[in-house]
Amino acid sequence: MQIINEEKIFADKIDEEIKIEPKDWMPDQYRKTLIRQISQHAHSEIVGMLPEANWITRAPTLRRKATLIAKVQDEAGHGLYLYSAAETLNISRDEMLKQLHSGKAKYSSIFNYPTLTWADMGAIGWLVDGAAIMNQVPLCRCSYGPYARAMIRICKEESFHQRQGFEILLTLSKGSKAQKQMAQDAINRWWWPSIMMFGPNDDASPHSKQSMEWKIKRFSNDELRQKFIDVCAEQVKILGLVLPDEKLKWNEETKHYDFGEINWEEFRNVVNGNGPCNKERLEARVKAHEDGAWVRDAAAAYSEKRKSREQKAVA
Amino acid sequence: MSNHDWPLWEIFIRSKNGLDHKHAGSLHATDAQMAIENARDVYTRRMEGVSIWVVESKYIHASNPDESSSLYDPANDKPYRHPTFYELPDELKNM
Amino acid sequence: MNALIDYTLHLADNALILGHRNSEWTGHGPILEQDIAISNIALDLIGQARNFYQYAARLINDSTLQGAKAPSPGGEGVGGEATEDTLAYLRDVKDFKNCLLVEQTNGDWAKTILRQFFFSAYQFYLYQHLQHSKDETLAAIAEKSLKEVTYHLRWSSEWVVRLGDGTEESNSRIKKAVDDLWVYTDELFEAASFELLATNEGIAVDLSLIKNNWLKKITDIFDEATLRFPSREGQAVRWNGKDGKHSEHLGYILAEMQFLQRAYPNNYW
Repeated sequence: MQIINEEKIFADKIDEEIKIEPKDWMPDQYRKTLIRQISQHAHSEIVGMLPEANWITRAPTLRRKATLIAKVQDEAGHGLYLYSAAETLNISRDEMLKQLHSGKAKYSSIFNYPTLTWADMGAIGWLVDGAAIMNQVPLCRCSYGPYARAMIRICKEESFHQRQGFEILLTLSKGSKAQKQMAQDAINRWWWPSIMMFGPNDDASPHSKQSMEWKIKRFSNDELRQKFIDVCAEQVKILGLVLPDEKLKWNEETKHYDFGEINWEEFRNVVNGNGPCNKERLEARVKAHEDGAWVRDAAAAYSEKRKSREQKAVA
Repeated sequence: MSNHDWPLWEIFIRSKNGLDHKHAGSLHATDAQMAIENARDVYTRRMEGVSIWVVESKYIHASNPDESSSLYDPANDKPYRHPTFYELPDELKNM
Repeated sequence: MNALIDYTLHLADNALILGHRNSEWTGHGPILEQDIAISNIALDLIGQARNFYQYAARLINDSTLQGAKAPSPGGEGVGGEATEDTLAYLRDVKDFKNCLLVEQTNGDWAKTILRQFFFSAYQFYLYQHLQHSKDETLAAIAEKSLKEVTYHLRWSSEWVVRLGDGTEESNSRIKKAVDDLWVYTDELFEAASFELLATNEGIAVDLSLIKNNWLKKITDIFDEATLRFPSREGQAVRWNGKDGKHSEHLGYILAEMQFLQRAYPNNYW
């Protein structure tokens, strides 16, 4: 009887938009879904630092260098907020990192594409962060309290990232012929992977239905994707550049942009580890973690030593 | 040893003098001092705080949500604790 | 005038190159919290560098207006004027006036920490004096930066102690870092000719005033960290970075840092 009662309380809370908090009873599957989603999200932030950190040492001006560092640092912060939110569900950060490093946990596939030119910093900011924001804003209302609160903090900070990216592209688009080409080339490479970020089509999305019912997710993959495409199709005009989709066309009837077929074969391949940079990204994370092991050990050992010295001094 | 996380700390930040410290989130650190410094870097990158409290998470005791009715419901019939309980003339401003 | 410009560039170059080095850690730190911490220090240093470069650019442009020959290369930006970016991105190795210490490779966390500690201690005492410089702009930048450096010094001191008094491995790693980096600390206190000139004018800090404080700070922290100064046999032969005689590392830093500005000259970014 107890369980039934708890299930009902949980369901009522969801219905009434009352947040679920860490110590509340929740269905096992709800907890598991959240752990999977939040940790994947955290991993994406951390792995996502790499393609951009790539360009910190090559940023073309001091202002660009400083803002890029600040942005990548924000991503570290976001990863940290999210790991913290997941930790309220009784999983340690260490455990989550193990899952990432062993390849068991996934992260956003977009970060398995290489950053080849400076314009990629613009395209990532505009398109990848733009898509991420589109996905994340509804998560601020997610039914799980700690996740929703982390997302509010993240969204607040994220808005400068997209503006920074657009500004980079805008500057390039007004620059020399070579710069303009650089910007167009970056958009050509990042456009399709960005719209894949919203995940498979609704009819092929395995976890979506339950997540919507639990109010972890508020909009379907296809709804968000369409919204994103509509926005970008307009914004790209300001840049005087184009999106690489010949079928992209305003549809007066639907009041939306029609767009071409997404290459889901490529999507699956990259998710399954065959993207251009999967190996490099994961290796870089594992290396940082392993190279850092002695540092973490030393700090922990020192702290222990000091504690026992203090205790002796008191005794 | 490296397979274990540093201890988890809960971070509370006072964003402005005169306000309460508010829970901002958590992070890992080996001791209180490091936790404060990490909190400065992690949670006040945009000048959000003037004062930081840190508490190791294991020392936080939380109420059990199942008992919440006994803890919080009684307050519900003490409306006189809430300012709107008192009917005052509209002319009275800024109270 | 030239001494003031060179001195300002020297301060800027030190901050930029160390900031650049620290930023190589972003995304690769030993734990997320410390990744954020070292990136913060990188940001602070690059911010300081920008303030100094902007001032240097102003001085250069003013002196060029008055018909003097530009004292340092780097005055050939898009509009023919010096800017913070022409100074950072269009000068070559021999024009950079940073100390050798800051251009040394990151190595492991111990080497990075120790380099930061040596340099932050130096910057701390330097800026304490510089904030009373006769040159108001330098004084103001120093005063503003001192708050940041105070934190860098605290952060890096604590890490030196942690590593020195942590595990056997961390102790041996930081000892090695001491052996590797100690030779570069002499240069911090050997005044270059532009420093002597600027000191005589009451602009630059007399390095002999801060050397003992620096040494005392290092000794105190080393004591706490159970570290010792390396014994030295003979006199190490080192170039002097302040005079533009660098180690090989700086060339690689600049090749990477300046790539876009060099490959696509005269553009806005």
